[in-house]
Amino acid sequence: MRLLEIVDLSVSIGNKQVLKNFNLNIGRGETHALFGPNGTGKTTLLNVIAGIPRYTVEGGSIIFKGKDITHMSMDERARLGIGMAFQRPPALRGLKLRDLIKIINPAADAAAILRKMDFETFGDRDVNRGFSGGEVKRSEMVQLLAQQPDFVMLDEPDSGVDLENIKLIGEAINSLTQKDQRPSLRTKSGVIITHFGHILEYMKADRAHVMLNGSIVCSGNPGEILEQIKRSGYEGSVGCQCPV
Amino acid sequence: MSSIEEKALKAPVKKAQYGTDVNLENYESEAKPQGHLENAEDLPIVVKKAALDVGVKLDSEASGAYVQMDQTAVIAKSLYEGVEIMDIASALKKYDYLQDYWWKLVAPDADKYTADVANSEPAGYFIRAKKGMKTVFPVKSCLYLGSSNLNQRVHNIVIAEEGSELHVITGCTTPEHVQRGLHIGVSEFFIQKDARVSFTMVHSWGKEVEVRPRTGITIAEGGSLSNNYILLRPVKTLQTFPTATLAGRGAVASFNTVIYSTMGNIDVGSNVNLNAPETSAESISRVVSVGGEVIARGRMTGRVPGARAHLECVGLLLSDKGRIYSIPELDGQSRDLDMSHEAAVGRISEEELEYLMARGLTSEEATSVIVRGFLDVEIKGLPDDLRQEIKNITQREDLKGAQ
Repeated sequence: MRLLEIVDLSVSIGNKQVLKNFNLNIGRGETHALFGPNGTGKTTLLNVIAGIPRYTVEGGSIIFKGKDITHMSMDERARLGIGMAFQRPPALRGLKLRDLIKIINPAADAAAILRKMDFETFGDRDVNRGFSGGEVKRSEMVQLLAQQPDFVMLDEPDSGVDLENIKLIGEAINSLTQKDQRPSLRTKSGVIITHFGHILEYMKADRAHVMLNGSIVCSGNPGEILEQIKRSGYEGSVGCQCPV
Repeated sequence: MSSIEEKALKAPVKKAQYGTDVNLENYESEAKPQGHLENAEDLPIVVKKAALDVGVKLDSEASGAYVQMDQTAVIAKSLYEGVEIMDIASALKKYDYLQDYWWKLVAPDADKYTADVANSEPAGYFIRAKKGMKTVFPVKSCLYLGSSNLNQRVHNIVIAEEGSELHVITGCTTPEHVQRGLHIGVSEFFIQKDARVSFTMVHSWGKEVEVRPRTGITIAEGGSLSNNYILLRPVKTLQTFPTATLAGRGAVASFNTVIYSTMGNIDVGSNVNLNAPETSAESISRVVSVGGEVIARGRMTGRVPGARAHLECVGLLLSDKGRIYSIPELDGQSRDLDMSHEAAVGRISEEELEYLMARGLTSEEATSVIVRGFLDVEIKGLPDDLRQEIKNITQREDLKGAQ
């Protein structure tokens, strides 16, 4: 059963078209990986699904849980079950991470979540303020673990993260996407943007796509697609020369 | 006639340098006397409630308490041997030496408000931290304007003797049924050698109340002051520009101002003279306006080499009905100074708003969270309880973006 359907979506920012007749379906319990060079529209896609208002949707639709959310506000989408780990989130002065966890989800066990991400000492610090690149990524995971979205979008959750913590982040993603449960029980889904695919050694992705110039040019098994990109580059993936 | 009265009589119509002009004749100058009380528990509930609203918990641990209702000191009581607390009229009678402090940092003829206080019967507190005596428990004081249309005049003297540590929290407030009035408060602070003082003032007035505090501070060698001013409730007009002189080597002053304006005309700031070597001063103001005009001033004057000063005036303007006018001034009068300022008036960052909305907060909820974070100034030099009290006040749920 489909959780997210993107149908013929065209998106521009300013005068520049970023996505053109874009189509993607993600089923319940599935996690997809997105590969592609910089500037190809991966982050735009996630931002548009999240509902960040800077973008103009020129055509097509985004259907989530059977509802057309194309023009829904960001917070409505979040409350409907969409969550996002930002690539470069802002710092929030005067707001402690522990307090934000409680704001996001009053029922969340802040201490347990912080412990899970080995982040206890950051609970009493202002959200993302003075955090290193890797710490920002753990802060994002902490917030998502509180939010428990049905569909989680991860924009380069592994960039700037050291080897020790990449495992923690991978485990958090597996937990958010229920990869720690039997496949038949999984209802949560995700999509991840990653450049090097290293994180995929620590988390499970079911399917991968290569994006070029605002469209998907190849879809298939994540491991095989990654191999192909390593072998022949993104351009060499056009039309899926790999066995699908 | 004393020279103070002579001076004051010459200034009854002298307008203040800043702020809108108040016609003193619009307010009653005679207040009904109140009875004296032994304990804070005996205060009327309405007073206790108003005090709580400005962070003055009279029933929790303190080194002393002072409560003034209109013109009467109803409670003036020390709870710690290191701190002496009296009403100022009694103190002036008891200690001749107070004449060396009385009207020495604020001029009686500075403007018509100081003149008006000088021409009235003294009412206010006298707080003295004795030499070398230190306590983290604050002196709690409440200046309560309980009669409608009254001109409440207060004159306080605070002396922190050599090596002492003193914390004072003063809440100035009106009950809900008093919307109209005038409060003039003259305060003179003498911080002697190596003494450490924090003074936190929380104001909560009615919509038709006018307020004119007049504060002078002198800090001797090695002394320090953390001065914190918080105004989050509506007021008609308010103008204050406390002046601190760092008179001895190594003296330190830090001013923190937190304003949430919904209406009226608020003109606040601090003025610091760095007159001695190795002195340093910092002034941080955070202003949110969802309506009303706020003028945030800061002036630092460096007169000796090696003095260091920093000013920070940051404003969030959240409505077309508001105005934030930030005026940082640095006056260097010597070589080898290190003085700087940063000022910004702006809006809430879209990026921060979107970030919180992506977590499910509505635009209004996200704005409130950001506003409260903005007002959460990290104040140094305060005991934990007092810091928590200030945090509780600045984190109230009703502080939000434009309605």
